[in-house]
This record gives sequence, structure tokens and C-alpha cells, in this order.
Amino acid sequence: MAQASDFTRHEHDVLIIGAGGAGLRAAIEASAAGAKVGLVCKSLLGKAHTVMAEGGVAAALANVDERDDWKTHFADTMRGGQYVNNWRMAQLHAQQAPDRVRELEAWGALFDRTPDQRILQWNFGGHKYPRLAHVGDRTGLEMIRTLQDRGIHMGIDVHMECTIVRLIKKGDRVVGAFGYDRERGHFRVFQANAIVLATGGIGRAFKITSNSWEYTGDGHTLAYDAGADLIDMEYVQFHPTGMVWPPSVRGILVTEGVRGEGGVLRNRDGKRFMFDDIPELYKNQTADSEEEGWRYTQGDRNSRRPPELLTRDHVARCIVREVKAGRGSPHGGVFLDIAWIKDRLSNGEEHIKKKLPSMYHQFKELAGIDITKEAMEVGPTTHYVMGGVRVDGDTQMSTVPGLFAAGECAGGLHGANRLGGNSLSDLLVFGKLAGEHAAKFAKQQGAGGFDKEQEEQVQAAARWALAPLERQASSAGGEAPYAIQYELQEYMQDLVGIVRNEKDMKKGLDTVLALRQRAGNVVAPGNREYNPGWHTALDLDSLLTVSEAVARAAIERKESRGAHFREDYDSKDEAWGKTVLVIRRGRGGDMEVTRETIGEMPPELKTIIEENR
Amino acid sequence: MTTGTFRIWRGDRARGEFQDYETEVSEGMVVLDAIHQIQAESAHDLAVRWNCKAGKCGSCSAEVNGNPRLMCMTRLADLDLSEPVTVEPLQAFPIVKDLVTDVSWNFEVKKRIKKFTPRPPDAPDGTWRIAQEDIDRVQEFRKCIECFLCQDVCHVLRDHHLHDEFIGPRFFVHVAALEMHPLDTENRLEELKNADGIGYCNITKCCTKVCPEHITITDNAIIPLKERVVDEFYDPLKKIFRVLTGK
Ligand SMILES: Cc1cc2nc3c(=O)[nH]c(=O)nc-3n(C[C@H](O)[C@H](O)[C@H](O)COP(=O)(O)OP(=O)(O)OC[C@H]3O[C@@H](n4cnc5c(N)ncnc54)[C@H](O)[C@@H]3O)c2cc1C
Ligand code: SF4
Ligand code: SF4
Ligand code: FES
Repeated sequence: MAQASDFTRHEHDVLIIGAGGAGLRAAIEASAAGAKVGLVCKSLLGKAHTVMAEGGVAAALANVDERDDWKTHFADTMRGGQYVNNWRMAQLHAQQAPDRVRELEAWGALFDRTPDQRILQWNFGGHKYPRLAHVGDRTGLEMIRTLQDRGIHMGIDVHMECTIVRLIKKGDRVVGAFGYDRERGHFRVFQANAIVLATGGIGRAFKITSNSWEYTGDGHTLAYDAGADLIDMEYVQFHPTGMVWPPSVRGILVTEGVRGEGGVLRNRDGKRFMFDDIPELYKNQTADSEEEGWRYTQGDRNSRRPPELLTRDHVARCIVREVKAGRGSPHGGVFLDIAWIKDRLSNGEEHIKKKLPSMYHQFKELAGIDITKEAMEVGPTTHYVMGGVRVDGDTQMSTVPGLFAAGECAGGLHGANRLGGNSLSDLLVFGKLAGEHAAKFAKQQGAGGFDKEQEEQVQAAARWALAPLERQASSAGGEAPYAIQYELQEYMQDLVGIVRNEKDMKKGLDTVLALRQRAGNVVAPGNREYNPGWHTALDLDSLLTVSEAVARAAIERKESRGAHFREDYDSKDEAWGKTVLVIRRGRGGDMEVTRETIGEMPPELKTIIEENR
Repeated sequence: MTTGTFRIWRGDRARGEFQDYETEVSEGMVVLDAIHQIQAESAHDLAVRWNCKAGKCGSCSAEVNGNPRLMCMTRLADLDLSEPVTVEPLQAFPIVKDLVTDVSWNFEVKKRIKKFTPRPPDAPDGTWRIAQEDIDRVQEFRKCIECFLCQDVCHVLRDHHLHDEFIGPRFFVHVAALEMHPLDTENRLEELKNADGIGYCNITKCCTKVCPEHITITDNAIIPLKERVVDEFYDPLKKIFRVLTGK
């Protein structure tokens, strides 16, 4: 049983759950607005996913190509998302990203430079012009460190290695949160006037993933449990290039920057297969010869991008096609070759090391491969979830008053498929808006306060959290958490993965529901102090919730669009093009999927899209 | 398939001891994989930190066969598996449990360091012009992933426990990044000399040797900072010269 002494209590105007780019940016903004801010994260500060982002942050600064502007960025984002994006978010994102990037520089970030000493930008899939501001291939590190270092001087209370497992509500509104710290396993109760979810993604629901242990869909689940809507959950992005060999590194990301710098994809026979199938939507913008593609990567403004730089969903599927047809590399992927650029550039090797230093090290140290000399073996890996908490585009507030969401755990901006670099800019733009509006809400509404009913919610959460440890004593046939997690990952990968069909997905859904039953009986050995077995047991709950949401939405959408590809409905269906799938808890407690029609886009935005066809 | 023996330190703040675990070893595995495998098979509550598994987040620092390493970047193929592989927590920080140490001191130290303070923007649109060659050096320092391996190996912290008087190599790198930042206008030399204890560093270069980001901590960060401190406080002639010439 939980003792009174197990609970530590905190009060904040704004509580931010998650300390990646979105959470930190929100914290800075809320703090600047005068709010007393608490920031919680599952890991140590500075270790969130944002630190791993390599490629860069998308913003139409127009430093490298003056033809770029927010309108083109907006059009690219909508095309990439296959037009089911929340267009208002896509608009704000494109308009505000440049200021957010410049602001980072003012806070100490040092981006790579152009010859005329401005911020350098490079090419990435789906972006018409070179648009990604970057620092070699460690942009995320630069970003998170800049935000972290700025944040620490603003008096934000940081609660590291603390996991939130429940939101506390009063009537409709959220008024607090409940969690435990890893170190001692003590419970923490947070009272807050407003809460921002910035918990990132769900990639641990799949077996092959670039995501860390933290990505268990906690924010999605906290919001869902609190009665908020989730949208777009069928869209899970498989990044085309993860490492495939050796087995222990399977899934670790290989940045798209490799292709941006001229890296090409080849099959077993050495054939550059990406030219074989170029989607209609992108025909006008794609090179028709290898020569043109190479010129594009080298900054020739009159050339079009090589097919390797098509959107991620498409490239991932082409790779799957090659592998399935028996034309893959020895370990079940294809070849990604950057070494070949030596034929074109006299200082090719130096160039690669300079532009892609962390990729160079990653392959050298983990796979024993020198990428300046040999090709890499790559294949798709679970990377990002487009779906998330439904928010209002201007304020980032969810359908639950006082509950905001930003970054990867919020849905809408990316539609059916996210373009590379659009996540880091997403964090900055919407992290700021979320922080700003959460602070405003907190000020206007004041503290919700805890009564007896809220204390009961806290007690119920504590009982739930302790159950896996307490089952040790009774040991009535319970299982270890790792086994259930592993099974879930296998099934999701196989049945609700890159290529989907009705039969598999139904089986996948049944499996998830069956695992949910088993998880109710899971046993965590050991005590409360820094016990990963126990933490995994608790994480299972959110993993199962998001897996169910992905499966249900994917079964419902009977077409292929962006990252959602079905072999039984293998093309896009106009009728679905205006529909968004909403997931929420029904009255009976079961998960419900409903269809909603996307609001009509204002004429001026339509015009922008037409002009950029 | 072969098996490997891993001699892992298990315990908490109060006490602990090494325990041997055997697990199967396959091609390409790193130490962190072995730890995870053991965790899943036979030690569900074994405490360990990790995030990226690709040497980018600096979470999985530990001592492998006595050497401060990132477990995710230490390949088993490079270790002698005929002997047990010892894995233990960092020694310069208090233990929390098993392989996890309390590194919170590092976060406190950083708060004390004067923050980045840029000069006014160069261009009317509020931006700056910076040449790549002026930032190459600083970008090296900004590669730091805060793994604290350098802190662990530095004898001033590890053996002499001068945590109150000495900020350690990680934060010399941080101060160097600020001091050599082309836009920064703040001066941190006084703190370096007094509060940060740069004088304790006797340039043994142990920190440089363990840095997984290959940052030349001593030559590029600490020595230039020491020189600046000397210039500022011990060399009046040079100082006058600098004031006169504006250099
Ligand atoms: C390897 C890799 C490379 C990438 N490269 C790029 C790129 O080049 N460009 C790009 O735009 N995007 C890239 N992405 C995507 C991008 O990094 C992420 O989408 C983005 O960083 C997410 O940021 P976030 O702030 O939403 O979440 P994160 O940075 O993941 O932060 C989530 C935070 O929430 C905390 N948290 C989670 N659950 C809880 C809980 N229950 N209680 C308390 N705290 C919790 C975590 O501890 C963490 O602090 C990459 C992603 C990966 C994995
Ligand atoms: S060179 Fe200085 S900072 Fe580095 S380990 Fe030696 S004493 Fe410590
Ligand atoms: S300087 Fe190097 S060793 Fe020290 S914390 Fe940074 S990355 Fe780690
Ligand atoms: S897990 Fe990130 S550095 Fe090892």
C-alpha cells in the first residue's frame, strides 16, 4: 500500500510533461510570460529524442535559394501530408518557423554557414528548395542544448526521471497529474492550472524502431484517458533508411541527409531502382536522369530532385518492393551508397566526413563500415507518428480544457506523412504557442484545486501503479513485462506495419486486446527503487492503448494515403481525402473511431497550393 | 553462438557487489545489448540508463573492464570474452542503483555558469553574419553529449572529490564554447580562476582520451582558457597591450 510519506507534492501554474524540443520551448515561453513552470521528463534533462535528430530544422529562410518562402513550405507540407493535414497548423508552421530558427541563433545555437555568412540550408525529401538549417548531422543536439541552457536560467523547476501516469481532472478540466520518480519509486502529485503534453511518439509499439524506451505513447494515452480526441493514428512513419546490420543495431537511423548529399539507393544488382516508380503527384518536380539528380544535390537551382528524395512513405515502400522481389542486400535491406561521390568530387572522402560526421562514426563504430569507401545496408524503421492529440491550431489546446499538446504527441500538422525537418520546426513553432496559451489559460482560470474527489483519483492511480509489484507476493500466474512488450512489438510490426491489409490488421487488433488482458496480470519483481521491470510494466498500458488506436484507425481507413498503405485498397480514394479519423473513449469505456469531414480551406490557401502544383 | 560472462555491479547506495551473469553473444552486439538481454532474461530490475543506442544521447555511461565508456558504443567483438567482462557504474558520482549514478551535480554546476549574452544583431533584420571558419572551433565543443565520462575520469573529481571547487572538463568545454562563441560578450575568466578551479587541472589529458565525441578537451578548450586566465590576471603588460590594441 502507498503511505502518505510516499507522496511528494508540487504546485505549478503550468506543468509541462516532456522535456524534448517541444516541452522545453513551451517551458521557456510560459516562463517568460510570468508563469511558475514545472517541467517533467522520464530521462535526464537533454536526453529526449530531440537530441537524436540529425538532418535539420525546416524553415523557409531563403538563405540558399531566394525563391523559397512560407508559401512554398506550406504547399510542400500539404502535398507531403496528402492534403489531410490541419491546414491552419501547416500555415502557422510555415509562417513562423523562420523566426523560431533565428531566435535559436539569438540564444546561442551555431548553425552551419553559407559563404555569405548566413545560416546554411540543405536539401531534404519532399522540400522543393534547400530548406533545412542544420549543424552537420547533429542538429537536434544543437537545438536541445540551446533550449536547455536557456531554460535553466529562467527558474523552471525541472523534475527529471519522473514519469506521469495519470492526469487528474475536476469536471471537464485537468487540474493536475500523478507520477512516480524512477530513483526511489516515490509518487509525485502535481497541481497545475494548465498542462502541456510534450511526450513525443509511440515507436516502441513496433519491433524495428529508431525510438528509445521512452516512446511508449504516454502523452497520447494520458490525453485519451482524460477524454481528449486523438486523430490521424493510422499514419505511422517508417523511415526508409534504418541500419539493418549487425542485428543489434537494427532500426537505428541513417539520416536522410545522406541522400541530400548525393547518396543513392541500389539493389543487389547495383541498379538504382528509385527511378522505376515516380508518383504522379511528384512527376513535375523529380529529375528524369541521374545527371540531373546529381546536379540538384550539388545545389544546381535549375535541376529537379533525384527520386531518392521523394517522400519517406514512398521510398520506404520502394525498398520493401525490392526486398520482396528478391533484389535486396544480403541482410534484408538495400544499399545506400554515398561513397560513389568520389567519382564526382576530388575531395569526396573529406567531404563525407565533414558533412556527415556522426553517420561516419556510427557506421565505423557499430558496423565496422567506412561509409566513405563502402555502401551502407539500410531498410525501413519505425520512426515517427503523425497521429496524436487533436488540438486547436492557434492555441494548441486539446478538446479537454486546460490540456494542451505540442510536438510529436500532437496531431494535425503533418497529415498522412511528415517531411524530414518538419518535426524540429513543429516543436519550436507549436511548443511556443502551447507555452504561451497554457500560461494565458493558467492566469485566466487560476488553480482548479484538489478536493476529496481529486485525492481519490490520486489514490486510485497509486493503487494501479503498485499492483505489478504487489502481485509478486500472490504470484498467481502473472507474466514478466518484457515478454508481453516483446510480443506486442512483433505483432504490430508484422500485422499493422508498412504494408497492411484487413485480415492481418484484424488479427493484430485481436492480439492487442488479448495482450491487454494478460498485461492486467503482469508481475514486476524487485522493489520500487530504480526498477526498469516495474517501469516497463507500467509503460505497457500506454503501449497497448496506442497500438489499439493505430490498428482501429488503420482498419477503418479503406484506402492508401501517405504512410498508410493497404494492399487491399492500394490507391488513394478521393472520398477519403476530406475525412479525418477521430479516436476517443466511448461511453461504455471502449475505444471508438469516428469519421469527420475536414473543414474547407480558405481560398487564399487553396490558391497557394494551386500555384505550387 | 557463444556465451559471455558479465560481471555486473549490483547494489544500491548502501552496499553492493559484483554478480556474474551469462548470456548468449551474437554478431555485432555491444555491451548495452548484453545488459538488456540479461535484464530481460534473468535480472528484470537491473537498473541502467540508455536512450539512443547510437552514441548520441550520453545516457549509457559506465565503466567497462575499468574504462569509462558508452555501453552502446562498446562492441563485444573488441573485448576478450574468454574472461568475464566487468561492468560497473561511474566512480566519480554517488551510486543510485546498479549501473545508475546520481549525476545531478553536473546540472547544478551548469546553472552557475554565466549565460550566453550576444552582441546586438549585425543586420537590420535582426540576424548575424558569421563565417564558418569562426565557428568551426566552437562547433567542436558543442558536439558534447553530456555523457560525463570526462568528469568520471578526471582525478580532481574521481580521486580528490573537489566537486565544490572544480567544475570538471565537461564544463571547461562548456565555458570555452561560450567564451569563444563569436557573438558572446560576457566575460567568465574571473569565475574560471576562482569558483571553477581551472588551476587544479594539470593537463594529464585523461579527459580527452575518453571523450566519445573526440573533443580535444585539453588542447582546444582547457589550455586556451588557462592562457586567457593567465593573460587576464597575471600578465599586466599583455593586458595593457590588449587594451591599447583592442585585441
Ligand atoms: C533518430 C532520430 C532522428 C531524427 N531526425 C530528425 C530530423 O533530422 N529532423 C526532424 O525534424 N525530426 C527528426 N526526428 C524526429 C524528431 O526528433 C522528433 O519527432 C522530435 O524530437 C520529438 O520532439 P518532442 O519534443 O515532441 O519529443 P521528445 O524530444 O521525444 O521529448 C519527449 C519528452 O517527453 C518525456 N516523456 C514522455 N513520456 C513521459 C511521461 N509519461 N512522463 C514524463 N515525461 C514523459 C520524455 O522523457 C522526453 O523528455 C528524428 C527522430 C529520431 C528518433
Ligand atoms: S586534463 Fe585536467 S580536466 Fe582533464 S582529466 Fe586531467 S586534470 Fe582533469
Ligand atoms: S566533453 Fe566529451 S566526455 Fe565530456 S561530457 Fe562531453 S562528450 Fe562526454
Ligand atoms: S544510449 Fe545514447 S549514448 Fe548510449
